[in-house]
Formats: sequence, structure tokens, C-alpha cells
Amino acid sequence: MKAKRGDQHVWRKTKSALASGGAFVCALLVIAPLALVFFHLLRSGASAVNWSFFTELPKPVGAPGGGMVNAIAGSFELLGLAALVGVPVGVLGGVYLAEYGTVRGNWMLRFVADVLNGVPSIIWGVVVYGLIVLRFKSFSAYAGGLALGFIMIPLVMRTTEEVLLLVPSGYREASLALGISRWKTIVHIVMKTAMKGIVTGVLLALARVAGETAPLLFTAFGNRFWNHDLNEPIAALPLQIFSYAISPYDDWHRQAWAGALVLVVMIFFVNVLVRFLTRERVVRVP
Amino acid sequence: MESAAIIQRPMISSASIRQQELASEGESTDTASERRPAFEVEQLSIFYGQKKAIEDITLAVPSKMITAIIGPSGCGKSTLLRSLNRMHELIPNTRIEGKVLFAGKNIYSPEVDPVVIRRRIGMVFQKSNPFPTMSIADNVLVGLKLNGVRDRTFLRERLEQSLRMSALWDEVKDDLHKPGVSLSGGQQQRLCIARAIAVEPEVLLMDEPASALDPIATAKIEELIHELSANYTVVIVTHNMQQAGRCSDYTAFLYLGRLIEFGSTTKIFSNPSERRTEDYITGRFG
Repeated sequence: MKAKRGDQHVWRKTKSALASGGAFVCALLVIAPLALVFFHLLRSGASAVNWSFFTELPKPVGAPGGGMVNAIAGSFELLGLAALVGVPVGVLGGVYLAEYGTVRGNWMLRFVADVLNGVPSIIWGVVVYGLIVLRFKSFSAYAGGLALGFIMIPLVMRTTEEVLLLVPSGYREASLALGISRWKTIVHIVMKTAMKGIVTGVLLALARVAGETAPLLFTAFGNRFWNHDLNEPIAALPLQIFSYAISPYDDWHRQAWAGALVLVVMIFFVNVLVRFLTRERVVRVP
Repeated sequence: MESAAIIQRPMISSASIRQQELASEGESTDTASERRPAFEVEQLSIFYGQKKAIEDITLAVPSKMITAIIGPSGCGKSTLLRSLNRMHELIPNTRIEGKVLFAGKNIYSPEVDPVVIRRRIGMVFQKSNPFPTMSIADNVLVGLKLNGVRDRTFLRERLEQSLRMSALWDEVKDDLHKPGVSLSGGQQQRLCIARAIAVEPEVLLMDEPASALDPIATAKIEELIHELSANYTVVIVTHNMQQAGRCSDYTAFLYLGRLIEFGSTTKIFSNPSERRTEDYITGRFG
């Protein structure tokens, strides 16, 4: 009898060890790709990340050196244009969902937003190609920004809705009971209380679209020189990485790795910034 | 200025207030009948969807007096209170029958804007809810600022006046820039009262304002309510019968959505005409 109970202990402990071991291995599997990608990028790209990479335009084929300054600047311009589309529409959509909508309307709107969230990004490129590029007969920064902005809308909308719903209704009541109108209550009380959460949602959406390549292929198109007019094609880091990576030249391959490294580090810092902003709870509940 | 007079009046202890109250209760009935009532509720019924929350309530709330609404949980006392400044409308699918006359005018007439009504009829809630993004000073002044008051001298005067009237000035005068949520629970509730009176309403509705506070903080709030009744009509919902007996001039007893009895607090507590009132007050149910 005693011996049997002892056996059971051993078996139970073995099961426990197996379970925690399995969980540990899975946790490693989650972390490993990030570490591998980062390590590989560092090894292949770090040598090409130098001063001229950040200050010079791409050199013609065959000429050594050159950089990606136009692509880095272009990415930021595209993100700015995307934010002009995605932030107001997304935030106001989220406000509608959280503060105004009816139950049935909201259900529809949420469903549509979630479906849009799952639409492959290249589809947005095609849509904007049809809407803008064909009509104005030119690839342009506007078209690229619009495509990225469309991708941002559902992301920003859902996060805005979620953080607004976290604001306790007591604040809305207190404000309305002071004779403050509904929209002033929403803007000055509810949105102000949830501001950190809204900013976080916007930053995460920007980080997500910063690496998008597919929607830019036939909208922003890419450009080996400076863009002087937003009605014309513009360079972007992911596009430049793409075109350099499929080229047959070693020097360009190195630069593609360097571009990938810069992109990953940028997104990494956005995530760190988000962590920093959300260090405190989004909403303090009294 | 009446409000200036109350500021200079020295604080009196709650014990002396109680004595005063006992002494003055006989005459308060006479003076009240001469004045026009603040509210005349006429055959008021309120429905949440299919559920009837209050039914056929008729009562006249006397002006510049403290009226307590008592009754067991779910009897509709909060609904009745909220119907006085249309706060119950924030819950979707509410329907109302009957009238609430405020200063002789039905606040449910189609041309009446609830925002304007709430500016004249302030509210203090059960759970203190200072705005978490705002300092103590901003919390007090938010109602004025968001309604367009810019005059700094006026705002500063009103800040001190409101905080003095809510008996908080001495405790916070050196910390006006600190967050409102940094105060203790009782102080936060007095801050909410200061916020409500800063917009100079004519009526203060209080929904169990002391139920989440310790006895000392409760005593302070009760003392404050008594002080405020010199200038304001106060309607207070409470599930604490001692509180109703201590600090109100009139008492309404609600049971299952109906008004069972309304009269001077002395009468309700010493010689109620209804059996159910007596049973509730003596603790036989509820």
C-alpha cells in the first residue's frame, strides 16, 4: 500500500515536470524567432548600417556605397499621410462605437471592422490602385498613404472603442450632471481620461503599417530619388528592401539587410514607447 | 450676497446642528408652505423597457429645504431622484409618463434642453468621482470652464468660495494643483460637492452621498448638507434611516415604486400615518 502511494507521488511529480517542461519549451519557441531574426539581421545588415546609409541616396547599379535616406524619409511621409486618414476616421469611429451607436448598429460596425482587419493588405493596394492610381494615371505618395491609412482605420477604431469603454460611466454622469453637453463630455472628460490608450492604439497601428510592403507596390511604387511632389511615386523602406533583396548584386543585398535591420529597430522602439506609455493603467478607477 | 454670508459663518458641530434642527422643526413646516415648492412631481411613472420603476408619484419638494427619499433597495428612490434632472434618460429605453414641474415649468416639455436643466439642478453621486486627469482646482472649475467661463479672477474667487462652502478649503488650499484623486474618500466626496455647487445650481440632488464613507466623513457630509440647505434645495436619497432622520426636513417613503407617505421628517419618524412606513422605519422589513 505504502509503496504504491510512493509510486503515485513519483508519477504525479513526473507529470508536473513534463507539463512545466512543455510550457517552457513552447515559451522558448515563441521567443526564439524574434531572437533569431534579430541576430540574423544584425549579422547580415549591421556592416552596411553606416553614416552614408542614413544620409545618401541610392547609387546607380555597379557604383559601390550609397544609402537609403530617401526611403527612410519616404516611409515617414507615408506614415504621416496614413495617420491623416487613419487616425481621425479610426478615432471618431471608435467614439461612435463606444458612445453613440445602437446595439444592433454597433454589432454590424464591429463585424465589418473585424472583417476589414482580416483583409490581406495587398487587397488595399489593389483598391487604392483602382480608386486613385488609375484615375490620376500616376503612382503617388498620396495613394500609398491612403492604402496604409485604410489598413489603420479598423485597428485604431477597435482599440479606441475598447479604451473608451474602460472609462467608468460615473465620469460621464458626473460631467453631464454639471450641465456639460454630450460632445464636450466625450472630448474633454472621456477621451482625455483614455488619451494614453488612444495614443497607444495609434502607435501600434502605425508600427503595424510601417512594415507593410504589398499595399505600396502599386500605389507608392518606390523611387530611387527624392520625392519632390506627393503626386509622384515615393520611396519607402519596405519597398526598397524588396527591390534590393531580389536584385542580383551583393552590395544591394547587404543594403537590403541593413534596411530590414533599421525597420525592425524602429518598430522595436515604437513598442518600447508604447510599453512606457502604458506603464500606468490606462484608466485609474477611483 | 447670501453665499458670502454662509462662507463667513463659523462651522458648527453636527451635535449643535441636530439641536437646532429639533428646535426649528416646528416652524420649518410653516415657512415651507408659504414658499413655492422647488419641484412639483405630478403622476410620474417611469419605465425601463417593460419594467415599471416608479408608478404614479405625486409630491411637492419644498424649496430651500432638505428632502430625504427613503425606502428599501429597488423601490425606485434613485430613479425618482434622477428623474428630477433627467439623468435617468442616460439609460436606454426609458419612458416617462406624467410631469415634473421645476419652478413651475415642466422639465419634460419637448422644448426643454436637458443640458440646461442639469446646469440648474446639480447632482452628487454615491461613489465619489473626481475626474482623474484633473487637479483639485480643475475638478471644481470644470463645469464653468467647459461652459465657456474664461475670467481668471472670477474663476479663482469661485474656486475658493466653492471649496469653502464644501468645507474643504482649509484642507486643500495648498494643494490645489494636485490630482483630485489624491484626496481621501471623504475629501473626494466633498470635492464632488464643491464641483457641483461651483456652477451655482438651484438644487442639489444627492444619491446616497455618504454610503461609501466612514462615520466621521459621513458626519462631515451631513453637516455640510445642512449648511447648504440655507441656499439650496437639497434632495437626498439614503438607505440609512438615521441619516434621513438626522439631516432632513421632509421625508418621502417609497415602496415598490410607489410613494407611500410624504411629510415632515418629524412626523414620518414619530407618528407615520401609514402602517408600512412605520414597519419600515422600525426595521420590521427592508
